Amino acid sequence: MTTRIDRRMAKLKAEGRPALVTYFMGGDPDYETSLRVMKALPKAGSDVIELGMPFSDPMADGPAIQAAALRSLKGGQTLAKTLQMASEFRKEDDETPIVLMGYYNPIYIYGTERFLADAKAAGIDGLIVVDLPPEMDEELCIPAVRAGINFIRLATPTTDDKRLPKVLENTSGFVYYVSMTGITGSALPDTSKVATAVDRIKQHTDLPVCVGFGVKTAEQARAIGASADGVVVGTAIVNAVANVLGPDGKTVADPAEAVATLVTGLAQGARSARLAAAQ
Amino acid sequence: MNQPVAPNSFRTGPDEQGMFGIYGGRFVAETLMPLILDLEKHWNEAKNDPAFKAELQALSTHYAGRPSKLYYAENLSKHLGGAKIYFKREDLNHTGSHKINNCLGQILLAKRMGRKRIIAETGAGQHGVASATVAARFGFPCVVYMGATDVERQKPNVFRMKLLGAEVKAVSAGHGTLKDAMNEALRDWVTNVEDTYYLIGTAAGPHPYPELVRELQSVIGREAREQILEQEGRLPDVVIAAVGGGSNAIGIFHPFLDDKDVRIIGIEAGGRGLDGIEHCASMNAGKPGVLHGNRTYLLQNDDGQILDGHSISAGLDYPGVGPEHSWLRDTGRVEYLPILDDEALEAFQLTTQKEGIIPALESSHAIAHAMKLAPTMSKDQIIIVNLSGRGDKDVHTVAGMMGMEI
Repeated sequence: MTTRIDRRMAKLKAEGRPALVTYFMGGDPDYETSLRVMKALPKAGSDVIELGMPFSDPMADGPAIQAAALRSLKGGQTLAKTLQMASEFRKEDDETPIVLMGYYNPIYIYGTERFLADAKAAGIDGLIVVDLPPEMDEELCIPAVRAGINFIRLATPTTDDKRLPKVLENTSGFVYYVSMTGITGSALPDTSKVATAVDRIKQHTDLPVCVGFGVKTAEQARAIGASADGVVVGTAIVNAVANVLGPDGKTVADPAEAVATLVTGLAQGARSARLAAAQ
Repeated sequence: MNQPVAPNSFRTGPDEQGMFGIYGGRFVAETLMPLILDLEKHWNEAKNDPAFKAELQALSTHYAGRPSKLYYAENLSKHLGGAKIYFKREDLNHTGSHKINNCLGQILLAKRMGRKRIIAETGAGQHGVASATVAARFGFPCVVYMGATDVERQKPNVFRMKLLGAEVKAVSAGHGTLKDAMNEALRDWVTNVEDTYYLIGTAAGPHPYPELVRELQSVIGREAREQILEQEGRLPDVVIAAVGGGSNAIGIFHPFLDDKDVRIIGIEAGGRGLDGIEHCASMNAGKPGVLHGNRTYLLQNDDGQILDGHSISAGLDYPGVGPEHSWLRDTGRVEYLPILDDEALEAFQLTTQKEGIIPALESSHAIAHAMKLAPTMSKDQIIIVNLSGRGDKDVHTVAGMMGMEI
């Protein structure tokens, strides 16, 4: 069974370029604006969309994504609305893969089986749930795989060779390599270290390896994209939305346009990665 | 909602996955998984190592002042006119609460693991002070995360921590209380994985913390059980303790869990009443969910977003509870009941007046329930209340509640 993620990754591999994976916070600052941001992403060059599910206590996230989650919740976002957003998006785009990213509790409260059925119906292709390590696979990972949804696991610098097989065991779609030990939005480490880590993971799996945490600029996207199968950008996009919000939380410019401008540049960076690497 | 079959023993948990029934577990980011597995390995070795036990025992005796006394509160008992009330005097420990029991054990573990830096979270500041104390004693740099709101309302404890050499980081994210401090401590840990030991203050968080902290706090119940047998020649009829995260409670409860005739009661912060959201009674008014590495009862909305509670007592001001309590609730072995702010305040004053003991507001919740229960019992019956900490830290809050300025 292949998913939109598998198909998209295979296509990009054939084209010889890394995927640009873009994270944004669903519902930030409100549902309608956020849906426009989402729709702008593929047009600006995003290959895979990570749709952030807001949570009140995002333990692996830095200040930017924490603030975005609070804005989103204040704007009335719920898990049901996040799924609805994906459905709306799917009416116009049936190709771009959508990965839901967030924390387990809202899913647990929604009900795992009901969530998987509704996510599938909404056109969701993959899940990244930060606080579900392989030790807790029975909770959601195995039911998700059974439902035909990719469960994308995070591998980190602390995941050593002994542990990697356990992390990779039920992973599908792609592997998300976290570039550093830390929270989202921190500084990107030396890119050569990241390349070494990507090589290490590739010795254990045929799955594409995408790298995230700390990638903010086109230049960094180019550098990471030289070795990785994909580059994930999150905090920079969330900041692009935050930057056009006034002190009252109302938009002072169009967030969709601000995000599109940023993503266009990132896409150029990612697309030129292999070219730059070849030279 | 979940009614598991009562086991043969209530004292064997958690299982190998760190579960107490459906509660507990290891719900953490992958970055932290190797660290908690390593912690579990070292803890399993340490707890069976006679040298580790001997060092902890010596520190408990000569540094913390254990065993703590079991004191018959005669005036209070006679005033209430029913059962005999005993206080387990954890308030007499070094640093003024039960928190030192846990901190001494964990600092020895950090030393054993070769860690170089201690981080901790704190609400009222009692665990922060105890952490800063053991860090000073063992020469570790220490960073304590504390919600910005709590930093403002617990200034004396903030200053104590600073005197002890700890760095206190005010957390303004979220609403600036214990929950946010714990988030920030976890973010620090995920960033500084190489050298840092996370000294969790309560019997919650990812496995093995709930078991580890329970074992270190169970000294309270072991002593109390021996002391009451020595002083009264029999076990108590009732054991009562206040439950925030629940470390003092699980500490005194655990050794009594298989004594079928001992009624065990945990007291949650009922705040201003359970009708609204101004309380912290997660087991009476919340539902099971996943936060801070474990599944447990949580105050949350229909979308699974965590709510901020309220309690007069900063130490009970947490929207969750240790996972073993959730399991003990569902099995019916322990009853969990709420006590309101006003009732706790009344117990605080009465204990001070009748016994010359100023109890912490947390412990006052447990005393308040004993005050309700004792008059309904006969004079030859016995209640043990865990007096988990001293109330000096709370005099400003109490003065405010009484409309007085000091």
